[in-house]
Amino acid sequence: MPDALEIDDVSKRYGEVVALDHMTFDVRAGEIFGFVGSNGAGKSTAMRIVLGVLAADSGAVRWKGRPLTLAERRRVGYMPEERGLYPRMKVGQQLEYLARLHGLSADGARRSVVRWTERLGVAARIDDEVQKLSLGNQQRVQLAAALVHDPEVLVLDEPFSGLDPLAVDVMSEVLREACASGAPVLFSSHQLDLVERLCDRVGIVRQGRMVASGSVDELRSGSASRLVVVAPNVREGWAEDVPGVVATTTEATESGGVRTVLELAADADDQAVLHAALATGPVHEFRRRRPSLTELFRHVVSERVDGAGGPGSGVAA
Amino acid sequence: MSSAVGLIVRRELVTRLRSKMYVISTVLLLVAVVGFAVVMHVVGDRTGSSADVGLVPSVESTQPLVDAAGRTVGLAVHSVPVTDEAAGEQQLRDGHLDALVVSVGGHQPGTDLSPAGGTVQVVVKSDLGSQLRAALTVLARQVAQDQAVRAGGGDPAAVNTAVASSGVQVRPLETMPEYQSQRVVMGMVAGVLVYLALMIFGQVVAQGVIEEKTSRVVELLLATVRPWQLMLGKVVGIGIAGLLQMLIVVGAGVGAGLAVGSITMPSSVAVSTAVWTLVWFLVGFVMYALLFAAAGALVSRQEDAAGVTSPILALIIVPYVVGISVLPAQPDNGAATILSLVPVFSPTLMPVRIALGVAAGWEIALTLVLSVLLTAGLLVLTGRIYGNSVMRSGARVRLGDALRPL
Repeated sequence: MPDALEIDDVSKRYGEVVALDHMTFDVRAGEIFGFVGSNGAGKSTAMRIVLGVLAADSGAVRWKGRPLTLAERRRVGYMPEERGLYPRMKVGQQLEYLARLHGLSADGARRSVVRWTERLGVAARIDDEVQKLSLGNQQRVQLAAALVHDPEVLVLDEPFSGLDPLAVDVMSEVLREACASGAPVLFSSHQLDLVERLCDRVGIVRQGRMVASGSVDELRSGSASRLVVVAPNVREGWAEDVPGVVATTTEATESGGVRTVLELAADADDQAVLHAALATGPVHEFRRRRPSLTELFRHVVSERVDGAGGPGSGVAA
Repeated sequence: MSSAVGLIVRRELVTRLRSKMYVISTVLLLVAVVGFAVVMHVVGDRTGSSADVGLVPSVESTQPLVDAAGRTVGLAVHSVPVTDEAAGEQQLRDGHLDALVVSVGGHQPGTDLSPAGGTVQVVVKSDLGSQLRAALTVLARQVAQDQAVRAGGGDPAAVNTAVASSGVQVRPLETMPEYQSQRVVMGMVAGVLVYLALMIFGQVVAQGVIEEKTSRVVELLLATVRPWQLMLGKVVGIGIAGLLQMLIVVGAGVGAGLAVGSITMPSSVAVSTAVWTLVWFLVGFVMYALLFAAAGALVSRQEDAAGVTSPILALIIVPYVVGISVLPAQPDNGAATILSLVPVFSPTLMPVRIALGVAAGWEIALTLVLSVLLTAGLLVLTGRIYGNSVMRSGARVRLGDALRPL
């Protein structure tokens, strides 16, 4: 896959603890890939291995089809999970230093620092020590540190955590721009609505394994389909005998009524459900429910661990 | 690759040079060393402004002449009779006398005054102070002149010849290298400076490594450079900052000493002592800084630094204490000599021994070679410890884990 960032069968153990278990996925050029999973699922470990900060026990990381070397890693914009800058170094000097470590010329580094600090709204603090900045501004500087060398690949661990809404907008814009310019963009987040909005594809990690990956739509299509029915006259258990209904739950509607959510088998006939509902009286609402990423995520991470692959695992490249 | 190390070196150097601690310590050391050079001169003058001179019975009669000669050169001479030469020598050894005059103008026991006898013979403990030498020279000329006038009946030529051939003959009781007292002072100063600089800049290295771990910036850095590059850049950068401070302080100290006259040994000797001091700082710094960097990488908080750096500090302190307490009194002390040949101890002991003039050429060459070999070994070992530990935060990394192959 040309220009893609490939994580191929990467494993990592810390003693007895398996941090990554044959993890495989790729981030295509010009694609935003959202990395989601519970705390400790292995997202940060995977990102650290991509950046070479941590060595994998086995497996490979490739970019443009070749193993990622130190020289190429300098083209990666990285935001570590544990934020880190020299506390007593001035913002401008620090960013310039990092830009130069990534291979920019002295002149290019200076210009880039001006550009990014202006864009991220910390240009006025360029001569202040990092430790004198508010936490939010430190976060913006951290962002600038990941972007100051105009990276060709972005690997960002929780880039949105700790950002105010304005900074979230700038960050989203930056991610979209990077992907529009053809860079593979990998980021992790617990803000699943953001991930759903931004990402072309999503990978869900559980216990060091990629249990589901694909576009949100693809993940949905693999999940059980659900029907929402609001019919005032139904009695409890009205749909249990309808063929194809796997499970039913009820929830209260805003107007005090009862809403029934039915989970259907893949080959079930929803018209049979409608008939059964109509048989009780009027039906005010009858629709399919598209599960949100949050629902999909809950569903996937709560599945049995040994169930190799989850919904949509076939979509993984 | 090397440009990355260059960038790291530059950052370290600039950061250190701008730090308050660096500026303050440089100024303090500068004031101390220059002040010391000036004070030594003043103190040296004061001890020179009075002198206790013993006179054996045969020259007791010259007492007024001796005291007058002292006044001529601005020296308050207290001349005291001694019972005999042996008693006088004992007083010299005990430090009660600065010089013992045993003969004036050939006026030795049983001999007569002779025309060519314008010679003053003195016994000293180790060497004759310059002012006392001047006073005794005046005395010798005075005596020569008197004798010549008396013997030659006023022939000016004979008087001149006699005066020209007059002089002071010095017999030291203990033979020591020239300028011994200055060498001792220089050795002590060299020892103190190397010791302080190694302690200060070695710990700066450890703190710098820990700062990068504590602030987590190390993860960002290691995404672009290899651990050994980061470690090397830090050691070299801080080393240059340290060398610069040593250069300023040592240069100013020797310069001030030569300028005000508290260093009277040939300037080439003083300068070579200074250069060796800098060389040994550099050798010692690289050796210890590698250890400090590896030690710093083992812990994640500055509070834990003491636990890992104290064994290294002991390596610097022990030979220093031995050197500073033993060598000035006994420059050729056997234990100190052997200790100075052990490469981990050489950096603090060799500059003192070189300053004292007791280090043989082969010893200097041997210790340098051994130190370079040790440093090469440390480079591998500490690079491994650093690489294994620098990304591990939290509890202190066990040395066994840190020493595993990378």
